[in-house]
Amino acid sequence: MTNDHTIHIKTIASIISGLNSREFSSVEVTQYYLNRIQQLDGIYNCYITVNEEFALAQAKASDKQRASGNFPLFCGVPIAHKDIFCTKGVRTSCGSKMLDNFIPPYDATVVEKFYHSGAVVLGKTNMDEFAMGSSNETSFYGSVKNPWDTNTVPGGSSGGSAAAIASHLTPGATGTDTGGSIRQPAALCGITGLKPTYGRVSRWGMIAFASSLDQAGPMARTAEDCALMLNVMAGFDPKDSTSINKSVPDYTLDLSHTVEGLKIGVPKEYFQKGLNPETEKAILEALSQLEKQGASLVSIDLPHTNLAVPAYYVIAPAEASANLSRFDGVRYGHRCENPIDLRDMYMRSRAEGFGDEVKRRILVGTYCLSAGYYDAYYRKAQQVRRLIKQDFVSAFESVDVIMGPTSPTPAFEFGSKSNDPIAMYLEDIFTIATNLAGLPGMSVPCGFVDKKPVGLQIIGNYFEEARMLNVAHQFQCVTGWHQQIPEGVKLSSENEEGVN
Amino acid sequence: MEWETVIGLEVHAQLATKSKIFSGSSTTFGAEPNIQASALDLAMPGTLPTPNEEAFRYAIMFGLAIGAKIAKTSVFERKNYFYPDLPKGYQTTQLEKPIVGSGKIEIELSSGAKKTIRIHHAHLEEDAGKSLHEDFEDMTGVDLNRAGTPLIEIVSEPDISNAEEAIAFAKKLHSIVTSLGICDGEMSQGSMRFDVNISIRRPGEDLGTRTETKNLNSFKFMEDAISMEVERQIYLIEDGEKIIQETRLYNGDTKESRSLRSKEEANDYRYFPCPDLLPVVIEDDYIEKIRKSLPELPDARYHRFIQQYELSAYDASILSSDRAIGQYFETAVKTSGDIKLTVNWILGGLSARLNDANLLINLSPVKAEQLAGMIFRIHDGTISGKMAKQVFDAMWSGDGDADTIIKARGLKQVSDDKAIEVLVNEVLAGNPTQVSEFCKAEETKRSKMLGYFVGQIMKASKGQANPKQVNDILLQKLNGLP
Amino acid sequence: MAINYTDIEKLAELARIQLNDATIAETTQSIADVLSLVDRLNAIDTKNVDPMAHPTDAIQCLRSDNVTEVNQREAFQVIAPCTKNGLYLVPKVID
Repeated sequence: MTNDHTIHIKTIASIISGLNSREFSSVEVTQYYLNRIQQLDGIYNCYITVNEEFALAQAKASDKQRASGNFPLFCGVPIAHKDIFCTKGVRTSCGSKMLDNFIPPYDATVVEKFYHSGAVVLGKTNMDEFAMGSSNETSFYGSVKNPWDTNTVPGGSSGGSAAAIASHLTPGATGTDTGGSIRQPAALCGITGLKPTYGRVSRWGMIAFASSLDQAGPMARTAEDCALMLNVMAGFDPKDSTSINKSVPDYTLDLSHTVEGLKIGVPKEYFQKGLNPETEKAILEALSQLEKQGASLVSIDLPHTNLAVPAYYVIAPAEASANLSRFDGVRYGHRCENPIDLRDMYMRSRAEGFGDEVKRRILVGTYCLSAGYYDAYYRKAQQVRRLIKQDFVSAFESVDVIMGPTSPTPAFEFGSKSNDPIAMYLEDIFTIATNLAGLPGMSVPCGFVDKKPVGLQIIGNYFEEARMLNVAHQFQCVTGWHQQIPEGVKLSSENEEGVN
Repeated sequence: MEWETVIGLEVHAQLATKSKIFSGSSTTFGAEPNIQASALDLAMPGTLPTPNEEAFRYAIMFGLAIGAKIAKTSVFERKNYFYPDLPKGYQTTQLEKPIVGSGKIEIELSSGAKKTIRIHHAHLEEDAGKSLHEDFEDMTGVDLNRAGTPLIEIVSEPDISNAEEAIAFAKKLHSIVTSLGICDGEMSQGSMRFDVNISIRRPGEDLGTRTETKNLNSFKFMEDAISMEVERQIYLIEDGEKIIQETRLYNGDTKESRSLRSKEEANDYRYFPCPDLLPVVIEDDYIEKIRKSLPELPDARYHRFIQQYELSAYDASILSSDRAIGQYFETAVKTSGDIKLTVNWILGGLSARLNDANLLINLSPVKAEQLAGMIFRIHDGTISGKMAKQVFDAMWSGDGDADTIIKARGLKQVSDDKAIEVLVNEVLAGNPTQVSEFCKAEETKRSKMLGYFVGQIMKASKGQANPKQVNDILLQKLNGLP
Repeated sequence: MAINYTDIEKLAELARIQLNDATIAETTQSIADVLSLVDRLNAIDTKNVDPMAHPTDAIQCLRSDNVTEVNQREAFQVIAPCTKNGLYLVPKVID
């Protein structure tokens, strides 16, 4: 057994090199993380399901495979999956009572790809119910605590993944992003997260919230780790009609390129009222840091920015209202006790199985599609969606990437917005537009406000994930924001031994 | 008071693809419950649809067959409603941009008159599963094997004026889809189902309120349902009542119809483009390739049969209506040596047996080549028509080809003049009373008396004498008597 | 856009979600709030703008017609609330 008590601060890249140089085995790394989860997750509630036996068996098998000399890149590297990805034989709840008893008989494509790359799955991370939320307060399994301040939210919906990385309960995790669900929790938890171009990563086996907006992506501590994970995740999947048949580059290849000459578009609309002044300051400092590294800033206009949230809150609920109809208590999932008739079975199973936010969105979506309202809401929102996309297309004619804040404020306290859906929805004001347009976006730690992390958002042109990762990596080469560790995440044994 | 009936049809035809429209599950009929329901067919979370190219090819074939424009871009939409046989809670269908645009179909009526029925459009969609209401006390069983079977829904304009036209139209559609080979046409298995929209009005008035009678799966039921619904509407209006726009169900067994739901209670289906599927773009050269490989259509086959085989219009229309019957006929006639006999046997003896056994012609135990072999032996005089019936029965039971059976059973007809003459002489010698009566009888009564002798001779030959030769020789002998 | 209890009840019926009498007022209010947020869309004229259902301009790939699925009924029905003789059971459906 290794005496290395610093495994949890290692990045995926350094775990890979440690495994390669036999500093430690996969079983040791995995057991190390499982111990941490056991000791600390009671505080943060990052995981819905931890499957120790399964993880250790995988670790053992990967050590054996590694010994054979022929092994894939992630062989033995522990990661976690957001509980929205179906995992064969392992409960997949999507944060909902509706699926509390759901054990899928199949794996999501993303899950399968990580298996094939040799990764060990520590467990399934907590999330807002059906990915509907920006604070992780809508999970049936209780909210996740932000490791930087346990009185505040970790963001959502991939809050469990973000907090698990920030509290060093996994080196990396998958997430999904429908309106900011990777980037906003990444920002609030001080980690790095990337939402790829729509269609870059297969949605098969990923429980749908809003099909035309959902996209899976990597979450980790560094851009380099995100690049390694994206190498595993990206690619065409014939099982997903919306996935794009386009070759996948090696996302690590461009990381070391200079940012000299990079043109960064800075949208005026992302620096308006509502943006926390301290957050703004941190963003502007990050931008001037990049300027120092040779990039130039170009002021741009994204005139329809303010319509992104309204358009999103028509389109996403409309699609969700249909996507969630399959949860009817007939073939799997929650069915109410003793239904008196068919209608009663539907009405009560769904009322009991879904939480308030999910019900609210289903009802809003139903309304926007119903007779007499379709044109005024659904069609209108899809028209606005095109205008929003055109804003970006024009902007990218003159800039390479677009940057601004990921979230208007740092992590907020539990309950402060949960009774005000509108305030909660505006949390995603800077992230939603990229989902509507299908563009890739990422969040990179770039400072602190009141000891809470701030995220810099990088929006790239279609399929330019490599360039975004390059910029983020170059930024992380000269800044230390992504290396900060929250106070409370040390094990009691570490405190005693004074390690880290 | 005169009433005018206005009818429009919506026809659902299951496409004869091997796999479902959005999954790789088999579409075979009659499997054990739910063994042909994949994760996608069961709407398991995270599953996604992938459309079947063959379903599009079939829909395009149909479109070309009715002279319709094929949409360059077609779009799947979701039609939302809850029902246990609809696992996703929505049906994936086409609404705004269907694959097949407007076209037309010509029907022929018993009067010989022709009428054109316009097709509004035809679209692709998925079939639902089945709910089984028996056997489970207070519960309904759901079988999702059928869920996701590709359907083409063909929507007519309200150009149909009565039950006869509706049946002619339905039969013509049946004949087109089976000729194209895109649907097996098995009505009893639900491969084709008809929804009938009916309204009545006085001539010259605006369209009346219509009702929709759903899921009729036989021509007979459709005829009955239409007559019953027209009568019901006339009765109501003449009684001063109003027709309610509603969906009705017709029960073919009890011959009753009842209201399923009125429009007020109707679902708000909340159609919207399916975000899991992208627009389907069909290139012109793809359409042209299909056009070139299109099989012969019933109308073309009908005219060819009349010209090539000199069939009557009636025979030609039946033999051309279904590709399988047409093929059977053409295979048989190639070697049977007798067109008329071939037609008669297919439309007569064979059809009757197939009907009794509830079999389609392509599953006939007597293959076209076998029937042709038997007809050839009638034609060349080897066997009589009566013997042929025996041979046919034996072929039906699987005893082999006609020649094998004829040989095995010694069914050969005696056509040797000398042998027959011996028999004739024996019978005449053995019946002197009848012979003398025949000689005395008037010419008009003689033919009836002749039958007696023929019967005796055939009996003596154990039925194997060639009846025509018996007749000839007998007459010759009798006429030779003083 | 004003929305009242009757509208909410109609929506709940369409969406098959039983409403809680105690919270219907709150539900109605929060949905009204969301709708007033989305009403901001009316601020802009979108005449002649094509609705955009998908973020990319990609077109559908078609699958060739092969049976690729095998029978997994047992695995699928292990997780079902109620089955018998291979069928999913639901309260009696009355047409």
